[in-house]
Amino acid sequence: MAGAHAHPNYVKIWVLLLVLLVVSIVGPELGIPWLTLLTAFGIALVKTYYVAAYFMHLNFEKKYVWFLLLISTVLLGVFFFGVASDIMKTDGQNWQDCIANNTCAEQQRYFVIDGDGQLR
Amino acid sequence: MSMQGPLATSRSATGIPTGRLGVWWLLASEIFIFGGLIACYILYRLNNPWWGGEAVFTKVPAGAFNTFVLLTSSLFIVLAHDAAEKKDFDRAFKFIWYTIGGGGVFLLVKYYEYSSKLFADDPELLKTPLTNTYWSFYYTATGLHALHVIGGMVIMALISFDLRKGFNPHRVELIGLYWHFVDIVWIFLFPLLYIAK
Repeated sequence: MAGAHAHPNYVKIWVLLLVLLVVSIVGPELGIPWLTLLTAFGIALVKTYYVAAYFMHLNFEKKYVWFLLLISTVLLGVFFFGVASDIMKTDGQNWQDCIANNTCAEQQRYFVIDGDGQLR
Repeated sequence: MSMQGPLATSRSATGIPTGRLGVWWLLASEIFIFGGLIACYILYRLNNPWWGGEAVFTKVPAGAFNTFVLLTSSLFIVLAHDAAEKKDFDRAFKFIWYTIGGGGVFLLVKYYEYSSKLFADDPELLKTPLTNTYWSFYYTATGLHALHVIGGMVIMALISFDLRKGFNPHRVELIGLYWHFVDIVWIFLFPLLYIAK
């Protein structure tokens, strides 16, 4: 147990998580891009907070455990941005980027390429 | 044989029992395993807008139901932990097995989803890990997650019988931390693989 502390009402937290789940499903159905980002991924972060803080008792845990987990997440961010520039690069000298010039075989299944090489 | 239990049960050099600290370290390493996979998925998804055309083949109701199942199983394991703390071991045993049941339901739904894609008669609906990169990510991420679910279920089953006799009740909290983490991973996989079209 994470030290002596008053237990939260677990059932209330669970109900809140289910409400958030419903919002995360209904929001993207409206087809508004920013609302999809907010309801699908923003709410995933909120749900994570509630599970971590109350079910995993992080709110009652020693503070350095937060740091342990946050450092892992920050290092993950270093990895993400470290390789992003390579993966997102759309041209090179000795290779052809089929994504950039729309010639990937997989793209052909879903899109028609017009004369300018643009997806339609 | 000593009935004192492992050293991790009682020793606390850091203000946290060593066993629990070990689980936090494990979870920190799991952040890299799943986080690395998810980070790669996001990068490739940003670079491949056509993946949205593949995501429509995932079954949102099945993914949503599985999210509900995992959230509910998280409630069960935290109630098991609560009961174990109050030394109500029969009640803790019961909630552990409810949690295992939740894991079983999750895997059954996953089996339904996998089989409907891997063995589809319609070539348009046939999706294997070799179909394209999107489905490679889908099967790798959900498969690795399912293996974690199976691992959690096995450990819970193993500790439950000791618990009923009153041995090592602290293990309920340790497996609970792991189970909540598995729940959190699914909380991210669901919007990434099912909702974002």
